[in-house]
Amino acid sequence: MRSRLRHRCQQWQARLHLPLTLLSVYYAYMLEYRAELLLWALSGSLPIILMGVWTQAAQGGQFGLSAIEFARYFLAVFLTRQLTVVWVAWEFEKEVVQGKLSPRLLQPLDPVWHHVAGHLSERLARIPFTLGLVGLFFLLYPQAIWFPGWTHLLSFGLAVILAFALRFLIQYTFALLSFWIERAVAIEQFWFLFYLFLSGMIAPLELFPPAVRTVVLWTPFPYLIHFPAALLIGMPVDIRQGLLAFAGWGSFFWILNRWLWRRGLKQYSGMGA
Amino acid sequence: MAIVEVEHLSKIYSVALKEPGLAGTLRHFWHRQFRDIVAVQDVSFQIEAGEVVGFLGPNGAGKTTTLKMLTGLIHPSAGSVHVAGYVPFRRSHPFLAKITLVMGQKQQLLWDLPALDSLRINAAVYGLSDAVFHDRLAELGEMLSLGEKLTQPVRKLSLGERMKMELLAALLHRPQVLFLDEPTLGLDVNAQVSVREFLQQYNQRYGATVLLTSHYMADITALCERVLLIHHGQLIYDGSLDGLLDRFAPYRAVQLDLAQVPGDEARLRQQLATYGELERLEGNRVQLLVQREALTAIVSRILTELAVADLTVTDPPIEDVIGRVFQTGVVTGGPPA
Repeated sequence: MRSRLRHRCQQWQARLHLPLTLLSVYYAYMLEYRAELLLWALSGSLPIILMGVWTQAAQGGQFGLSAIEFARYFLAVFLTRQLTVVWVAWEFEKEVVQGKLSPRLLQPLDPVWHHVAGHLSERLARIPFTLGLVGLFFLLYPQAIWFPGWTHLLSFGLAVILAFALRFLIQYTFALLSFWIERAVAIEQFWFLFYLFLSGMIAPLELFPPAVRTVVLWTPFPYLIHFPAALLIGMPVDIRQGLLAFAGWGSFFWILNRWLWRRGLKQYSGMGA
Repeated sequence: MAIVEVEHLSKIYSVALKEPGLAGTLRHFWHRQFRDIVAVQDVSFQIEAGEVVGFLGPNGAGKTTTLKMLTGLIHPSAGSVHVAGYVPFRRSHPFLAKITLVMGQKQQLLWDLPALDSLRINAAVYGLSDAVFHDRLAELGEMLSLGEKLTQPVRKLSLGERMKMELLAALLHRPQVLFLDEPTLGLDVNAQVSVREFLQQYNQRYGATVLLTSHYMADITALCERVLLIHHGQLIYDGSLDGLLDRFAPYRAVQLDLAQVPGDEARLRQQLATYGELERLEGNRVQLLVQREALTAIVSRILTELAVADLTVTDPPIEDVIGRVFQTGVVTGGPPA
């Protein structure tokens, strides 16, 4: 019995060896950029600026949300953005165009896992800066302090993981177009425009005209920001539709991603290498 | 059985064409034109396990493209490749565990971290246990004299140290087949020698097969008994280094120290030209290239007709021979030996 348990433990250790090594090395890599981490965290403070705009607006008009609700919503948006920021398109494009993908293709590991580990490690390294900024916000705006409750925190955590996974998958799919075009990042930048307006980053979905909101809820955008943010502050959301959207859009981009990967490798010429 | 088998391999790239100037730029924007470039054409060869083979050719001859096809980085346009029994472009994990490619101009180590961290990733990717990883690290680190450099950030290493570290990273999983593309590029003479010695030692210790490209002939002469010569994408020679000289250098270099230098240099030059191709005349020192079959007769003529203090006959330097081959295109159309 004990030897079987030990055997199981060893098996798990062996399975976790690679992911843990990748995470620990990339975490060390990210910590090399500690000054930059603070700047990166600050660069995502658009929701905080919009919060100021909307709380002011809420004091002078009828928007269906109070100033405090706006403040909490945009704080939740800020947190969601911090936890789901993705840059794989820029990195992957560079790898393809400069032939840096070649050494990674020669290893028995899909190169995407290096990017996944890099993103997850950066998230871990960024958390102290993000929490510091949240603390600063509460210090300046104590009326907005609230504890969302464990259920909301847990559902927010799960929704953020799904939102990050979907955002990463979508951007990585665009990045794969680097096999055919020199600047695949341009597609991501075009997509970002829709993401900015339709995800709930500029304004909560509750303020959209009902017809527009119905249409937008069939796109992947609101599930990348609005859905987790709303779960955190306890705004009503359709969880079933949310999970269906993650499953549907996730499957679509997964199939497209694998197809582009296989076609792309045939196209790859290892430029500059 | 051959570990590398290449049959009628070809690769054709499609390249966008653009004329210079604004008009060319606008035309390129609206109506892109492409042209097919044949990088490798109908190349066939085999390499036995444990062989060290030099792959020579001028820039753009198709060496790197061939290496990329052999390692599975790019798909061939035609023909077939098998390495260690696998089709490379399928990139199966057992195949990738058996090969490595070292590119002198490319690096796989994380720039801002000590090399040891990148090596830990490599060890985990290839499923090496901690004990095996540390054993190999100690062994390769010693062979490459890298001991204390492992914990220094890669960006702080010298070019030579970085190249050696890249070699260590590429060989940690103990591959059977090594593809090396300019592994000594840009290194100083000492670093070149130590990389060369390491490769020799590695080949002897593990019986690894090596296919090596280099612009430094010293790498080739030190490591390879067999060479493949590629020119304009076609294989023009496959055989021993000595055979290369016999085939492409049907002449010998004759150096003379003249006891007396005649006053009329123009006349002397005329006379020397009757023996062979005059390469150099500086003071009393002369260098001639003489056809091999006429060598004995020419040497006895020289000894009779000129006052010679010293005479030496040597093979021309291999760099010169290969340089001549590529420059003059002597071999186009000639079947590989």
